[in-house]
Amino acid sequence: MSPRDLASIEGKAPVPSAHVPVMVIGAGAAGLSAAIETAQLGIAVMLVEEQPVSTGTMGLDVPLFFGQRMAASRSNAHMMQQILESDPRIAEAYELGIDVQLGVCAWAVFANPAADAATAVPLLVGLADDHRSWFVSCDRLIVAAGARDLCLGFPGWEKPGVLGVQGALQLIERYDAFTGSKLLVLGAGALGVRVAERAAAKGLSLAGVVDIDTAFAGTEHGRRFQELGVPLYAGHIIQEARGTTEVNSAVLAALDAAGRPIDGSQKTVACDSIVLAIGAVPNIELLDSLNCQLEFAAAKGGWVPRLDANRTTSVKAVYAVGDCAGLGGDAVDEGKRVARAMVASLEGGAAVSEPELMAPPSVTEDSGVARLRAWMRAQIQVSGLDVLVCQCEEVTRREIVELRAPRYVPSPKSSKCARDLHTLAADGPLNQDQVKRLTRAGMGPCQGRRCREQVQALLEQVADCAPGAVPLARYRPPVRPLPLNILAADSEPALLRDHWVAWFNISTQWLAHWEPKPVPLADAGRAPQPGEGE
Amino acid sequence: MTALLTNEGAVPAGASVIIVGGGVTGLSAGWWLARSGIDVLVLEKGIVGWEASGRNGGSTAHPFSPLFKVEQQLWPQMDELLGYPTEYQAHRLRVALNEAQMAHYMRIIALAERQGAAWEPLDAHQLKELVPFVTDANLGGVLCRYGGHANPQRTVQAFAWAMQDSGGRLLQHTTVRGISTTGGRVTAVITDRGVFNCDVLVLAAGPQTGELAALIDVNVPLASARVEMIVTEPVARLKYGGVDGNGIYGRQTLRGNLAYGGGPHEWLCPDEMPPPQRRSTFVMRSLAKRLAEMFPHVAQARVIRSWAGFVENTPDGRPVLCRLSDPNNVVIATMSSVGFGLSPASGRAVMELARDGVCSCADLSPLHLNRFAALPRDWRTRMGWLPDSQRGING
Repeated sequence: MSPRDLASIEGKAPVPSAHVPVMVIGAGAAGLSAAIETAQLGIAVMLVEEQPVSTGTMGLDVPLFFGQRMAASRSNAHMMQQILESDPRIAEAYELGIDVQLGVCAWAVFANPAADAATAVPLLVGLADDHRSWFVSCDRLIVAAGARDLCLGFPGWEKPGVLGVQGALQLIERYDAFTGSKLLVLGAGALGVRVAERAAAKGLSLAGVVDIDTAFAGTEHGRRFQELGVPLYAGHIIQEARGTTEVNSAVLAALDAAGRPIDGSQKTVACDSIVLAIGAVPNIELLDSLNCQLEFAAAKGGWVPRLDANRTTSVKAVYAVGDCAGLGGDAVDEGKRVARAMVASLEGGAAVSEPELMAPPSVTEDSGVARLRAWMRAQIQVSGLDVLVCQCEEVTRREIVELRAPRYVPSPKSSKCARDLHTLAADGPLNQDQVKRLTRAGMGPCQGRRCREQVQALLEQVADCAPGAVPLARYRPPVRPLPLNILAADSEPALLRDHWVAWFNISTQWLAHWEPKPVPLADAGRAPQPGEGE
Repeated sequence: MTALLTNEGAVPAGASVIIVGGGVTGLSAGWWLARSGIDVLVLEKGIVGWEASGRNGGSTAHPFSPLFKVEQQLWPQMDELLGYPTEYQAHRLRVALNEAQMAHYMRIIALAERQGAAWEPLDAHQLKELVPFVTDANLGGVLCRYGGHANPQRTVQAFAWAMQDSGGRLLQHTTVRGISTTGGRVTAVITDRGVFNCDVLVLAAGPQTGELAALIDVNVPLASARVEMIVTEPVARLKYGGVDGNGIYGRQTLRGNLAYGGGPHEWLCPDEMPPPQRRSTFVMRSLAKRLAEMFPHVAQARVIRSWAGFVENTPDGRPVLCRLSDPNNVVIATMSSVGFGLSPASGRAVMELARDGVCSCADLSPLHLNRFAALPRDWRTRMGWLPDSQRGING
């Protein structure tokens, strides 16, 4: 047998802390349903749910746009108790013997790097809590990661008190830890209705609901808002969030038939929370970082995994269900079905083909792709380009359109400054990752959660192309921001440790290249030079 | 030799020099050629700098290279020469956690010193002043008053734009399908977007340089591997951001992020071209461990992304930078996995090879392809530069 390059990755895969036949990521409706069904079919399951996340992580607006509206005084025990009480099926999962891991996030899924497509190789899932990270391997993985908030910047949206509807619902409903008291809702769709209902039920006051749609008062949703006594601002858009340390009011502007603000129509509405309810985004980050094939489906909320009849992704042994597979649909029913198909494949039988699984989720009006584009056009009319898009890296719409390097990068005196999105588009189709690396929009600690879709919509508006025409900016692990000392490996295989080198292990590479040396054909088993790898 | 021609009807204009590969080496060469008034066209299969050129440690210190002096002369001028920022920052620091690490750095620093570069030893206290978050257990280190670091993607883009500003042309999303030769010379490059005539061809296509050279029956022995890095959220800015140590290399960005790599690489199968989609691995946990050990005072900094990309290596880990004799109008340019920092100099060298036939700015004779003329055919197997699945282990 030929030698192995001992500095290579071969043979160094970590030993996981545990192995489970099936792992389900996400204990929302779909994930719980899938986990329970799997357990009832007699297969051991681990169910991983990142909530409750620490308030520190919430402060980064991860995983949802919490907008600093979480009560810092709530203890982890309180949050844990709230979660248990939020869905009786969690208790059912425990009773069925499911290994329920609350407060644990999945930050990566790795296929075995030496995976042979013909053999079923266990998946390695990176997990972490607030204290440590570890690996668990599994034979089948069901991703039920849900959805996150769709954001759109307006002047002042970086102020504490501006948050997303999913974040607001988590804080209000699931945690009972919402610090706001008077909400202004942006978006009069089903998500807006839902947050208004829950807020009203908690005795919170509602300052109004705003939508660029001029006619929503006559819709079912409009009537529901009226029943709740919420003032309607139809044909309006937010012009600015005001407040010194946090939001204390919003300025609204009425739009004319062409979508432009009407001079003198501005009115100020007092509120301490502004809830963005224009849509939700499927959480595909793990699926994309695993290289699952994706497709753009506006009705499902944007980029979603391409699934076969059994809801299998293009990566063998990985399934997707619930909102992360496309918004809408009957999550509980889908969860059950995917579990049955998955268990059948696990037992070596022919994959069960349930034609119903192929049915696309029902189209949801809260898939905000079209709404984001319409709102962004109106928003640009009202507030222009000098508005933050990426809060982490402080990048404005103008800086993206003009493709500017960050302000702290010194500009050469010889600078020609003749480059912008238009010249970039002339050189080839726009690519969000390229724009990200040049402007840094999306490069911050929130990992692009608050700006990713806005940047995409902005690029598509500049390039005048259809939704989804600009390729997805890729997600890369860790898909949760993890401190170095949490991510750090607690133990390493001896082969990894003993043969660590900073860069390959070619004995002739770092010697003077002007002094010829024979090709080091016998380097394969060479130990690192002292000091090279420790 | 034009069997692969697919689009004969549309023959776009050729160029005096065609460069295949829009990585940092090819684009630097394109910029040097364009600014010397030569009609140049760069063909890139995707987007500029999309592989290792745009995602690497950003170091600009390579004292083992005959191009070191040119590299050191050029970097401080690059922003002004290009007219676009590269985020170049001068100097590098090495952190030693033990004597063996210090000795290892000194072997390479000695090469720089022989070429007139300055350095100074730092004791633990001096190092701590420069890198406040370094471990208290450090044994000191070295301040290299040479080298430095730059932002890879910004630099690649700067080369591309500066080349265009000087009249060079760039065609992205263009894949080479064949190369036409007549009478011992390359005459045209055949692509999925037409045929481009040329007087000189430069192959600077990173991992795919070998496959392209094979189209003209030239053997460039290369093996490609995936390497990876991690990136943290911003931390307090250092005076000198290029700090290596503890088995990892990297830099602090101007924004404050720590971007670090090192550790195991993953060899690709020889026929895995173009490389598959990139992905990071469990190695990121070991990178985090070593970075936290070296910088314990910022061990709470969050890792927010990772990179992985493909690099190619020659059997001796050294570049191939030469003009061939047959065909006699082809320049091969692979930097063997260490190409970013040397790019201002390697581009100039390629320009001279393409324009003049010889390189005057440095003696490149040790980097000629002909050193591999007697290489055994099974070199890759003998060196173990294969995934296990290709070594016969898994059947």
